[in-house]
Amino acid sequence: MKPLSRLMAVMRKEVRQMLRDRLTFAMILGIPIMQILLFGYAINTDVRNLTTAVADEANTHLSREFIARLEQTQVTKIAQRVNTVGELEELMSAGKISIGVSIPHDFDRRVIDRERAAVHILVDGSDPTIGGIVDGLRSMPIAFDTTTQPERLEQIEVRPYYNPERRTPVNVIPGLIGVILTMTMMIFTAVAVVRERERGNLELLINTPVTSAELMIGKVVPYIAIGLIQLLVILLAGDFLFDVPVRGSVFELYLAASLFIAANLALGLFISTAVKTQFQAMQMTFFLILPSILLSGFVFPFDGMPVFAQYLGEALPITHFIRLSRGIMLREAGLGDMPGALIYLATFSVVAITAAALRFSKRLD
Amino acid sequence: MNEQMAIRARGLSKQFGDLRAVDRLDLDVPRASIYGFLGPNGSGKSTTIRMLCGLLTPTEGSADVLGIEVPKNSKELKPNIGYMTQKFSLFGDMTVIENLQFIAEIYSYPKQKRVARIDELLEKYGLVAQRKQFAGTMSGGQKQRLALACAVLHKPDLLLLDEPTSAVDPQSRRDFWANLFRLAQAGTTILVSTHYMDEAERCHRLAILDHGVKVADGTPQDLQNSTGMTIIEVLADDPYRAQAVIDQLPIVASVTQLGIRLRVLIPDSVADALDRVTTALAHNNVIADARTADASLEDVFVAVTLKPEQLAA
Repeated sequence: MKPLSRLMAVMRKEVRQMLRDRLTFAMILGIPIMQILLFGYAINTDVRNLTTAVADEANTHLSREFIARLEQTQVTKIAQRVNTVGELEELMSAGKISIGVSIPHDFDRRVIDRERAAVHILVDGSDPTIGGIVDGLRSMPIAFDTTTQPERLEQIEVRPYYNPERRTPVNVIPGLIGVILTMTMMIFTAVAVVRERERGNLELLINTPVTSAELMIGKVVPYIAIGLIQLLVILLAGDFLFDVPVRGSVFELYLAASLFIAANLALGLFISTAVKTQFQAMQMTFFLILPSILLSGFVFPFDGMPVFAQYLGEALPITHFIRLSRGIMLREAGLGDMPGALIYLATFSVVAITAAALRFSKRLD
Repeated sequence: MNEQMAIRARGLSKQFGDLRAVDRLDLDVPRASIYGFLGPNGSGKSTTIRMLCGLLTPTEGSADVLGIEVPKNSKELKPNIGYMTQKFSLFGDMTVIENLQFIAEIYSYPKQKRVARIDELLEKYGLVAQRKQFAGTMSGGQKQRLALACAVLHKPDLLLLDEPTSAVDPQSRRDFWANLFRLAQAGTTILVSTHYMDEAERCHRLAILDHGVKVADGTPQDLQNSTGMTIIEVLADDPYRAQAVIDQLPIVASVTQLGIRLRVLIPDSVADALDRVTTALAHNNVIADARTADASLEDVFVAVTLKPEQLAA
């Protein structure tokens, strides 16, 4: 069949060129590996070892015991001891410490009276994550007799489902799949078409019997395979390095990812028909990648965003994919439990690829 | 279907914003001939070729190309034409043989004959040694031969060549034209645009384009015989002074310097053109030898692209 053999010819050419372009090839494996290492190791919301200075003006048995216990929590790392609150403030303003602990000279008195705060903790509020963590220090008991602690009745018990140890990689990797695929898939396709236009290949191709659809599909299909390989790399790395599970069906995860990849490729193709140079294509993709990271629920919880931002987020394919991937990987959900996300991704792909094919005419005017 | 004409266009026009790139062009290109478009950059050569193969939609007019109506049915035309772009447009990161294979595949050239056809083309176009070379690393002449080989691989009836020789050396140009004649001999119609006079001279027929308008067409011989100008060649020791003197004559349509010679064009309507030039030169004490000459294609080009005010005399 003619159309099929032409399609195969375009695909073969695309794969051949892709494998020859060392930069593209490096990006296929390099981006996922680099991102996983970055997000898995470097970025950690489970904060420990915050640089701390202490001004212990009381210097009693009790205050020293309090400081020792503070260190045991591992949240703080006491780097310096100073004499006054003023010095703490100076250190903080110079950015040398994140936390300052001030123990007033009448510390013991205050502990017994229980009328005024016995300890002041100064927190560097310019870093958003630190504040929340230090809040946890509030519940540290301070009393003379530590063996008979006042009985704390827990009326509310929090049980973190799906990630009981609260490990960051478990939360990050399902979303990271979405970010990595968005980045690479969109850039690859957007650039792939524009590059041919820039090099003049397109003028030759549109004078041959190849149809727009054959060109578009022929360019997209090899990248779907690349996307699925990337997914495999991410899952393996997640499993071996960070022990991130896939609790649901791997097959369903691949199905969801295929749909998501298709959506991104279609979007990339659309971009390629709207811009003139590779540089513009890159600009456009970055313009879309930033909201994909920020508004998709990957970094900030979706429910916490302003309504307007939520609408924007809902429009992005990645938001829906992250729901699917977190559901399948962590909550052991099935695709059937989240039909809305699936339908959105499918609709998005069809609309975007139709728009791209319509815009890409086999004419120059 | 028109039996004699490969291309027949009537009133073909293309408007780009305020610019009229091609203006009411009529064109008749006989089959199995080499038809040239001669004109400076921006004269509408590329635009016309692109309209003829359906790449651009004409603002007005239509064309019949190989019996197919363009732009309406240009899709049917694609398998029957070969197109060579001005800029090298094959894949630089693929080898010669890979490029040829790709072209063979997208034209659905019969599989069992593919290898033989590619070997034949490599042989004919002198690319046997380069078969494994990346197309992007080849010389201008080699790239051009590969582009031509790719354009003719599927044995098209019509070959459209958009300034094919603009990036190659004179020897490659000669070889290239030898190939074109061989193709025309075998029945292929070739439409080629150029801004080289010597190339235009090789064409069977020629159309001269200027600012989107066809200002002349015919065989090179016809064109040279019907300039409507007396051509006077002036040999002078001091061509600058001679030119200054001749420029003063109101009867002169154009003066062009070629080394120590001047080509002077004077409309046929002027009687005693040679005498008047000689007298003027003698009167101004310029030592020069003036005589009438046959029109060259360059003279034709100058004559047909003259502005009306230059012809006021």
